[in-house]
Amino acid sequence: MKENSVLEMRHIYKCFPGVRALQGVDFTLGKGEIHALMGENGAGKSTLIKVLTGVYEKDEGEIYLDGLDKPAVIRSPQDAQRLGISTVYQEITLCPNLTVAENMYIGRGTGRLTNWKQMNTDADRILTNLGIPAKAQQQLSDCSIAIQQMVAIARAVDMDCKVLILDEPTSSLDESEVEKLFGLMRDLRARGVGIIFVTHFLDQVYEVCDKITVLRDGQLVGEYVIEELPRVKLVAKMLGKELDDMEEIKDETNVYHGDDAYVFEAKGLQSEAGIKPFDFYIKKGEVNGFTGLLGSGRSECVRAIFCADKVTGGTVQMNGKPVKLTKPLDAMKNGIAYLPEDRKLDGIVGDLSVRENIILAAQVLKGFFKPFSRAEANAFADEYIKLLEIKTASADTPIKSLSGGNQQKVILGRWLLTHPEYLILDEPTRGIDIGTKIEIQKLVLKLASEGMSVTFISSETDEMLRTCSRLVVMRDRRVVGELSGFDLTQGKVMETIAGGDAS
Amino acid sequence: MTLKKHISVSKQIFIPIAALVLLAVFNLLVDPAFFKISLGHNSAGDPVLTGYLMTILDYGSEVAILAIGMTLVTAASGGQDISVGAAVAIAGSVILRILVGIGGDGSLRAPIFVGFLAACVVSMLFGAFNGMLVAVFKIQPMVATLILYTAGRSIAAWINNNELPIVTDKSFTYFGGFIPGIPIPTPFFLAVVCIVAALLALKFTNLGLYTQAVGINASSSRLNGINPVFIKWLSFVLLGLCVAVVGLIKTSRLSSINYSVIAKDIEMDAILAVALGGNALSGGKFNIMASIMGAYVIQFLTTTLYKFNVSSDALPAYKAVVVILLVVISSPTVKDKLIGLQKRMKQQKGGGQS
Amino acid sequence: MTKAQTAKSGPASAKTKMTDTNLLLLITVIVFIIMYAGAMLFLKKGFLKPQTFLNILNANSALIITSCGMSIVMITGGIDISVGGVVALVSMSCAVYLDYQGGSVFGSLLIALGIGLAFGAVQGFLVAYLDIQPFIVSLAGMFFARGMTTIVHTAPFNVANEAFVALKGARILIPGLGTVTKAGKYVDAYVVLGVPVALLIVVLLFLVLRFTKLGRSFYAVGGNRQSALMLGINVKRTRFLAHLLCGLLAGIGGYVYFLYVGSGSASHAGGMEMNAIASSIIGGTLLSGGVGNIFGTFVGVLSLNTIQNIVSSIGLDDAWWTGITVAGMLCVFLIIQSVLLARKR
Repeated sequence: MKENSVLEMRHIYKCFPGVRALQGVDFTLGKGEIHALMGENGAGKSTLIKVLTGVYEKDEGEIYLDGLDKPAVIRSPQDAQRLGISTVYQEITLCPNLTVAENMYIGRGTGRLTNWKQMNTDADRILTNLGIPAKAQQQLSDCSIAIQQMVAIARAVDMDCKVLILDEPTSSLDESEVEKLFGLMRDLRARGVGIIFVTHFLDQVYEVCDKITVLRDGQLVGEYVIEELPRVKLVAKMLGKELDDMEEIKDETNVYHGDDAYVFEAKGLQSEAGIKPFDFYIKKGEVNGFTGLLGSGRSECVRAIFCADKVTGGTVQMNGKPVKLTKPLDAMKNGIAYLPEDRKLDGIVGDLSVRENIILAAQVLKGFFKPFSRAEANAFADEYIKLLEIKTASADTPIKSLSGGNQQKVILGRWLLTHPEYLILDEPTRGIDIGTKIEIQKLVLKLASEGMSVTFISSETDEMLRTCSRLVVMRDRRVVGELSGFDLTQGKVMETIAGGDAS
Repeated sequence: MTLKKHISVSKQIFIPIAALVLLAVFNLLVDPAFFKISLGHNSAGDPVLTGYLMTILDYGSEVAILAIGMTLVTAASGGQDISVGAAVAIAGSVILRILVGIGGDGSLRAPIFVGFLAACVVSMLFGAFNGMLVAVFKIQPMVATLILYTAGRSIAAWINNNELPIVTDKSFTYFGGFIPGIPIPTPFFLAVVCIVAALLALKFTNLGLYTQAVGINASSSRLNGINPVFIKWLSFVLLGLCVAVVGLIKTSRLSSINYSVIAKDIEMDAILAVALGGNALSGGKFNIMASIMGAYVIQFLTTTLYKFNVSSDALPAYKAVVVILLVVISSPTVKDKLIGLQKRMKQQKGGGQS
Repeated sequence: MTKAQTAKSGPASAKTKMTDTNLLLLITVIVFIIMYAGAMLFLKKGFLKPQTFLNILNANSALIITSCGMSIVMITGGIDISVGGVVALVSMSCAVYLDYQGGSVFGSLLIALGIGLAFGAVQGFLVAYLDIQPFIVSLAGMFFARGMTTIVHTAPFNVANEAFVALKGARILIPGLGTVTKAGKYVDAYVVLGVPVALLIVVLLFLVLRFTKLGRSFYAVGGNRQSALMLGINVKRTRFLAHLLCGLLAGIGGYVYFLYVGSGSASHAGGMEMNAIASSIIGGTLLSGGVGNIFGTFVGVLSLNTIQNIVSSIGLDDAWWTGITVAGMLCVFLIIQSVLLARKR
């Protein structure tokens, strides 16, 4: 073990059925160092972290910790905690039914009894110190998501850890909260804690981190000191290719040439998911998009259009005629198709075959009493497997055994089969390989050129700039701007997202 | 992959068939007379076939009919309806109330099919009640149906004011017994009718696809225009229909009813049939024919136990052991462990050879 | 307890909303008080006598104990419907041991505890370590217990063992709460031995759930299993212990039941699992886990029996009303919970 390092992971291997998630990854974390772990979705970051925290057991490799002469044995989250590794996960991993203080202290220490009064006082003190607006005895589920996240951080901070892992903790925090968190991280660094920081926001990496380790496809790309790795290079390392591949579909599409007829128009649309009423339209053959940070309400907007969340107000017109949409089926009948953000939860029907997944929406549109014949279903499935180059052993294979990208193509095929007038794609490129991403972007442009209207959402702004001719910008669940033509630049988008109060 | 699929489908049917073969071989070895079928005459002088196999065909049909509905409920809701026994009591009570009534003399006051239709309506209403608790109020199915499980037999007794109406009309006995001139028990034909109806429904509607989609991923189904609440609710209503048929058979057998005993523990058999058919009790994909096979296998087991003089009260203990063995073997954790063990043994073997 | 703490931690906490557990408990307690007060006001009859209330305790101490076990399992997000069967099996086994094998009272108590622990351990193992649905496991457990009861002994019979009969007849007199009969004779109020046992268990478990790590782990596991794991709780062991505890309590409850009825029968404690679940739910234990309170469960048992008493004292004393009333009350509380949860999300 090197001098000054608090954690070393050597030759970590981890396989899941059909996926080699980690292949001989090395990772070193120094004392008092904030170390960014970067990589695209599916690069192996989460797996590496879950190996370190005992959620997964590694297949091979060793983990060394400061103060231990032997390789550390981490078989469970308890083991990890005991060894001084604490973690804050992206999704809230606290118990909503317990109080804030209980969430901070449960699962720690050795005694059978706890002095609850002491615990509540301690918790209140820590919360005050960190400036977290929560009370020790409040039930966690009564706090906002951001505060819950802060509580998770407070718990981790209080555990006297040697290694602190922050797995995308900032995705639900606003700017001032992020600042608070960074202040906290710097304090801990000064105290000699090693921090592993996983995030998708490059700005944040360059703001607080000392070192960067990049993973790609389960392999280590390299470890770099932050000053030596400019952003462009970092992106190139993460993607594993120079940007040429993507260049080819750039340019000319950015201006909308079609006629001015609105395919879909909404006024004052509002849903249960808590977005402010918004107006929206799309023209025939247009590609537009919603942009904004995660949690800004962009998904909620398209969900409201498709009636995926209960619509609570507003009027909708399709091709100039007012229509009443109350449930997804209404939207489908009016030629709207929606590829949801969460593929696993809302998209695939895991145990059903690729064929059944492809025909599902079209079948529902056709009616309960009119099932497709076997031959028809086969023909449809084969058509889209071929068209979208879906890699599957057969149409009978359960969709869950396909890779993420191919699952996404199946869902895309499902909606194309309904021949929609208006296609909504919410994060169609998340968590899939770069080749498929480009294929999907190209397909979007092709569909639009054939007259389909498409709304495209992606966390990656450049992807949206490449495909969309108009961007609706969201902040805090509100539409704050609209960009088109020459305004469609990275800088302008960022500026609009940040808003007036940032400048 | 195609090959793999064939294996997985045939594997599902294979479980009940293997169990059936096992039981058959056991009986063959212990006492081949088990398989004897003889032609006799019942008290009315009509020809009837008797023997253990006929008993299985007769009583297994009740479970088979319930298994159809239970399979749908399981697939759609990921839980089971444990109130079917009590619901059968209600259905039977309704039939008797319509046919004979309180203080009746036993002669039919209404045509049998009217009584049956009334039972269908009432059973489907109770199914709708269960379905509403599960689908609308999102209460776990087994707990939601616990309500009717408790109240059902009381309601059944209440319908007939706790009297035990007796039907004297002979034609009423046909449904649970024999139709004159046909030596095969009628419940079997009723089961065939239900099975055919179910298969036709699966073939000519999207019931199967919708139910499976809802059971596997309700959220995703909703975004594809399916109404998961309705589909779950519907499965309970359809189970209600199956319950009414069994209610008819059960009351016909006795020409009367015993509120606390009628169809006792039949929910256990129906659930077991679904499990034995290789259907996941957590919902999703299903195979109706496998469940039906499972139902007859369970009756085979029951009849075998009876033959060995196990009292009907002690029967549940044996079945419980079968259930536990079944769920333990099919639990993913155990499966993983077994696969791991297999791998290790292979590795050891490989190591030994090299 | 909560009130005192809230007051101490200053005005800031005044805004703190009530936890789900306390809210549901409050509903239960209010419903019970209104029900009993209403009965005292309008029905009078027996409800004014303290002994009527004590009789509810006397007759239901076994149910209180098993309901406590049920609540714990339900708080961890599970369910155990085998408790009624276990109670019947315990009664029958102890009866046979005492009368046919010449056993001692102490020995029979050990048998009761052993049976309870065995059921708890096996079911807990299947649920926690093999990850099988608790309902299926305990359904099988229930059928196994019921079947075993008749295998142990088929016909019901009363226990004649002298030491046992003496114990069964033991009454703890409570001075001051007695009533004067029509003949003018003063009769002391009393409770049977099971009552202090049940009350002790309620208090003990209340403290365990509220103040120990294990207790809070039950809540954590029921609230969100994945999170609990990430927070460093041994989820499997916690679930196992919940079922083990429930089994043990079913064993103790079985013995208290046996002590009350003094006989063995295969039909004993029929539907007790149902009453235990109903009591837990009425007492504010959430089916989905994570929320519940032992004191609430205790009140739940009392509510359940009070409403049965009320129903029968207004003339609806046909046998079937009991089942329908319990089911109706359960249904109402289930829907309250469901609506409450839906509102929160």
